[in-house]
Amino acid sequence: MTGEIGFLALCLALALALVQAAAGLIGARSDAELARSVASSSALGFSVFVCLAFGALTWGFVTSDFSILDVAQNSHTLKPLLYKITGVWGNHEGSMLLWMLVLALYTSAMAFGQRGGPRLTSAALGAQGLLAVAFLLYIILKSNPFLRLDPPPFEGAGLNPLLQDPGLAFHPPMLYLGYVGLSATFAYAAAALITGDVDAGWARAARPFMLAAWMALTLGITLGSWWAYYVLGWGGFWFWDPVENASLMPWLAATALLHSALATERTGAFRNWSLLLSLGAFSLSLIGTFLVRSGVLTSVHSFANDPERGKFILAMLFATIGSALCLFAWRAPKLGGGAAFEPVSRESALLLNNVLLTAAVATVFLGTLYPLFLEAATSTRISVGPPYFAVTFAPIFVALLLLLPFGPRLSWRRGDLALAARQLAPGLGVALVAGVVAFAAGAPSSLAAACAFALAGWVIAASVLDMREKLKTGALPVSSLASVFAHAGLGLSLLGIAGTSLWKSEALEIVAPGRSVTIASYTLVFDGVAPFMGPNYTAARATIEVRDRGKFVAMLYPETRSYPAEGQAVTKTAIHTTGFSDLYVALGDDRGGGRYVIRAYVNPLAPFIWFGGAVMALGGLASLVGRLRLRVVRLAPAE
Amino acid sequence: MTKMRQAVIFVLSLLLAPAAFGAYGPERLAGPRLEARAVALQRALRCVVCQGESLDESGAPLAADLRNLIRAKIEKGWTDTEIEKYLVARYGDFILMQPPLEPLTYALWFGPLIVLSIGGAAAAAVIFRARRNARAQEPG
Repeated sequence: MTGEIGFLALCLALALALVQAAAGLIGARSDAELARSVASSSALGFSVFVCLAFGALTWGFVTSDFSILDVAQNSHTLKPLLYKITGVWGNHEGSMLLWMLVLALYTSAMAFGQRGGPRLTSAALGAQGLLAVAFLLYIILKSNPFLRLDPPPFEGAGLNPLLQDPGLAFHPPMLYLGYVGLSATFAYAAAALITGDVDAGWARAARPFMLAAWMALTLGITLGSWWAYYVLGWGGFWFWDPVENASLMPWLAATALLHSALATERTGAFRNWSLLLSLGAFSLSLIGTFLVRSGVLTSVHSFANDPERGKFILAMLFATIGSALCLFAWRAPKLGGGAAFEPVSRESALLLNNVLLTAAVATVFLGTLYPLFLEAATSTRISVGPPYFAVTFAPIFVALLLLLPFGPRLSWRRGDLALAARQLAPGLGVALVAGVVAFAAGAPSSLAAACAFALAGWVIAASVLDMREKLKTGALPVSSLASVFAHAGLGLSLLGIAGTSLWKSEALEIVAPGRSVTIASYTLVFDGVAPFMGPNYTAARATIEVRDRGKFVAMLYPETRSYPAEGQAVTKTAIHTTGFSDLYVALGDDRGGGRYVIRAYVNPLAPFIWFGGAVMALGGLASLVGRLRLRVVRLAPAE
Repeated sequence: MTKMRQAVIFVLSLLLAPAAFGAYGPERLAGPRLEARAVALQRALRCVVCQGESLDESGAPLAADLRNLIRAKIEKGWTDTEIEKYLVARYGDFILMQPPLEPLTYALWFGPLIVLSIGGAAAAAVIFRARRNARAQEPG
């Protein structure tokens, strides 16, 4: 029954999404009061049915209902409950349903909020409804998660053990909250173009969604990178892998949008650009999700595994992005240049930020998709790895970070560069000291480390100065601290990236029980390996005593796990962190006689990478909370 | 059909890559300078059966073989360029983490610069116009 209920709910959701789309678009006319209320209520109904469908699939996974094909292929009775639930989105069909669930959440938030007035909301719900229709059609026709299996197998095939990990369990929902959150900004931008009301109203209405999406993307990428770090067994945190790049592009575009929309909201500047960026950011999310999900990114050939799905996805991408761009070309305000500001001003700074971020997006886009195009066109295969991004992406970001501290110190319309420079002088001092200290104390001392630390010091010091001044002024909304956190977080991440990449030490040895490995100031005493039974895996677990200059620090238990149901093995690294540096140990293979290969790394400042990501997201939260509070305050006097 | 099979093998190799972690062995060359060369080379070369990992990071058996091969060639006195050429001849440009600069990759290498210049020019135009607007609005 569960499967049928789920599928029926999907069909009803599709019907309601159709109504929502039609009524929403009609409701964009000023006299269509009835259509507007129909759009809002069908949006809520659509959301309820999508939740029901998702609940049905989750129930199937929790109860191990192997008569559902998707469950049989991706679950197992012995899996812990947590991974039964997260297994719902650990496969193509389920993850598409999760995508739809998040879309439903945002849709109902839009219907409840009615931000930007009834006409704008109605048109936005119409656009959102069209998206829902397209993707529900894909789910129902090509990627039905409720297909039945007859007779049901006695046991399921299990879930890829790499995905049976708390870090990765919550990475996809977080990422989807970001990707799909941008659909709301997309819908508001489309609504502004449809209603012809392209003033700041839409940007103000879309702002909370923009912030929520950006925050979720930041956290999602941070989680993903942290997962890669502790799971893959050699301590890397970012690979410039196509799948990672697919999430970085929308993040960069959303970051650009947050900045450009700031100017649009405040002074009406860059109206066209903010609209285009809203459409573009969500288009990049779509490209990200669907190219990853279609498998085309890992290999052009895996696309051919399921050409039907691939073609459908491509057609949807073209239709969505193409119609959005056509709408823009047709309806974008022809009079672009009402903005009035001096060359030295906040507006100019935001513009420069956008030029650099757009170039950064272009770099990642080319690096990710160019090999695909080249292979499709000429069947020449090339790899675009970290060295490419080091010469293209890195300089752009260095320029961005160098200029960043000036932005918040320039006033709107006309800023004072000399004043900003004077205020930033202490920051320059901090930067110099950070650079010199990094060069002197670092092992090995390198110019690259000195520059990176100077840059990070510059950005962090500027943020701290900013915060001090803001706190001195007295009562301020929380949201004024948003940029402080976001910018400081970027600096902290840079510290972590520089420390880990430039000062990592590594040990790789075959060790007999009782012998030890030395790395940096640590001695790792290997006490041997014992078998260990998990709920759905068996493991070889090493016991390692860590001493720092002879003093006991911790016991570490790195494992290699093998999952019989899935026929796969994974490494489980063990990490001892001081908060400033990680000692990272992975267990390698059995070399006979109790001897094992042990891999150990000391990654200085590694925790800062993810800590910085969390601080950045906190900036987004501050802005969001500030905005919602502001609304409460504004509503209060009316009562 | 062969493409299909290649794809299946590719996907399988991805799934099994972690299992092959055991293929890691301490590979070390006698001289630290030779070892540093080997490490630099294996960072610049890609594990051709993995997803975006270099030879240095990969746990796949093929990567381990290639790491050993690089060390063997270095011990025989080959230069870095010779080793790279040898591997490119066998695996194609695909094995290079840094794509070569040639007519087919001009768009890849110069694309970011082009976007940056177009963006810069557009921004300059916008700023110029905004300045004119601002001056026009100012009284006197």
